[in-house]
Amino acid sequence: MEGEELRLDGNAIAGALGEVFVEEMTSARIACEGCGSVESVGAEHAYVQAPGIVLRCTHCDSALLVMTRTGSRMRIWFPRSRWLETGEPGND
Amino acid sequence: MARAAVRGRLNWTLGEVVELIDETPRVRSIVLDVPDWPGHRAGQHVDLRLTAEDGYQAQRSYSIASSPEDARLTITVEGLPDGEVSEYLVGELRRGDKLELRGPIGGFFVWEAVSGGPLLLVSGGSGIVPLMSMLRHREAADATIPTKLVSSSRSWDEVIYRDELERLAAAANGPEVIHTLTRSQPPGWTGYARRVDGAMLAEVAWAASSMPMTFVCGPTSFVESVAAALVLLGYPATSVKTERFGPTGG
Amino acid sequence: MAYISRGFRGKRAKEREDARLPPGQYLVDGFPVLSAGPTPHTPLDEWTFSVDDEAATLKTWSWEQFRALPSEEIRVDISCVTKWTKLDTAWEGVAIDTLLEGVEHRATHLMAFSDGDYTTNLPVEDVLDGKAWVAFAYDGQPLEAEHGGPARLLVPHLYFWKSAKWVRGFRLMDHDEPGFWESYGYHIYGDPWREQRYAGD
Repeated sequence: MEGEELRLDGNAIAGALGEVFVEEMTSARIACEGCGSVESVGAEHAYVQAPGIVLRCTHCDSALLVMTRTGSRMRIWFPRSRWLETGEPGND
Repeated sequence: MARAAVRGRLNWTLGEVVELIDETPRVRSIVLDVPDWPGHRAGQHVDLRLTAEDGYQAQRSYSIASSPEDARLTITVEGLPDGEVSEYLVGELRRGDKLELRGPIGGFFVWEAVSGGPLLLVSGGSGIVPLMSMLRHREAADATIPTKLVSSSRSWDEVIYRDELERLAAAANGPEVIHTLTRSQPPGWTGYARRVDGAMLAEVAWAASSMPMTFVCGPTSFVESVAAALVLLGYPATSVKTERFGPTGG
Repeated sequence: MAYISRGFRGKRAKEREDARLPPGQYLVDGFPVLSAGPTPHTPLDEWTFSVDDEAATLKTWSWEQFRALPSEEIRVDISCVTKWTKLDTAWEGVAIDTLLEGVEHRATHLMAFSDGDYTTNLPVEDVLDGKAWVAFAYDGQPLEAEHGGPARLLVPHLYFWKSAKWVRGFRLMDHDEPGFWESYGYHIYGDPWREQRYAGD
């Protein structure tokens, strides 16, 4: 197995996101602080075989979201994301 | 039921196994009766959780294979070597057993007939599962949206849903199904016999100018090489939706 | 309490009462691959390892220079915070004692850094006296990229997230500060025998 096969996408963390957000989050847009790109969460790279979940920007690999679970608590961190946006995408 | 309601928090629930279908030697479909199932959209998945007697837990995601119109929920699982969950689901699980699941999950990798087309679906191995939900939904909705499925499998015996795909393709307004068999081909095979690549997609995929909706699913390396090839053919990157299955899908 | 799945056992190796198993861990036969980011592929002719302090690089080695250092075979049990333990893993590597030979410092801690953004912090005394290595071979073969090759940290007495994959050096510090997983709620020290998985344990 190549290490590259561990790279999934935001679809793989939809269930975990559902423990924090009520809205469906894979179709939410997320803005990267590292390079300014905006993509759907479902399109970003996700690493789930780890002590936590890491969502990384497909353009610059910056860590956009980190999720860690302690018992029943799920914490989500936003290291390098500027904003998250739900709802229908606008034109800006 | 067509469209899932806006959901509240996802909770774990139990489904009962009502039927088991051996699709190929290593792939099995599991048909579940899930009380109060809220409905789903084609392309979504469920999370399954298995718990051993000593409390040890393992959790995996499986794409929903059934159409939203189907009253019963079906998932299709490929048994992976050393896959602790897939081995259990494909080997040990029996009718009458219950599975703990939550869902439906996902909103990025979904297609509804009302979204239109043309539709391009590209699958590698068990990546065909969520795309099959889309094809079954297309049929149940009597949609005539021009649709192509490019399906990569190792051999003819390992093509999941093989007979059903033939039936769908033979129907009026059915999808066009293009197979490629990467490891072995049956005698007389005249179809593609290599991994999906740019040259193949140039021959069979929609022209980028027809602005197709595209869904690619399978192992990471498959998905990324297909998506890159489509972008080289002029498909806007944001129009190619991808879902990567990890090596430990089992 | 979750529903018990009839007949499910999981991938754990045959159970046995084992004094070598830290609390809350289960045995595995395989070697699971975990990662928080993409696998780096630094070519060996560009690879360097450096020992830095807050102000400057104190020592640096190219791959050839690093491989010319005295190395040793190591056989240890390893425990991941995700609960798997693997017994009797065989490595080859250069002791941190060797890398710090002749380095004058008053550091109490260090921050190991890897290709990508991964870091992990360690007390200096936990990497001395034969307790830690920079390992370049596993099971008699050059360390594979998915397991951290060409070289990774090996600190077997702590949870394996401290054994940073794709390590490129460490920075000596006069204080402790959290590295990657430590910043996201994992324990600052990480002793499996005291089950120090999360901050506050």
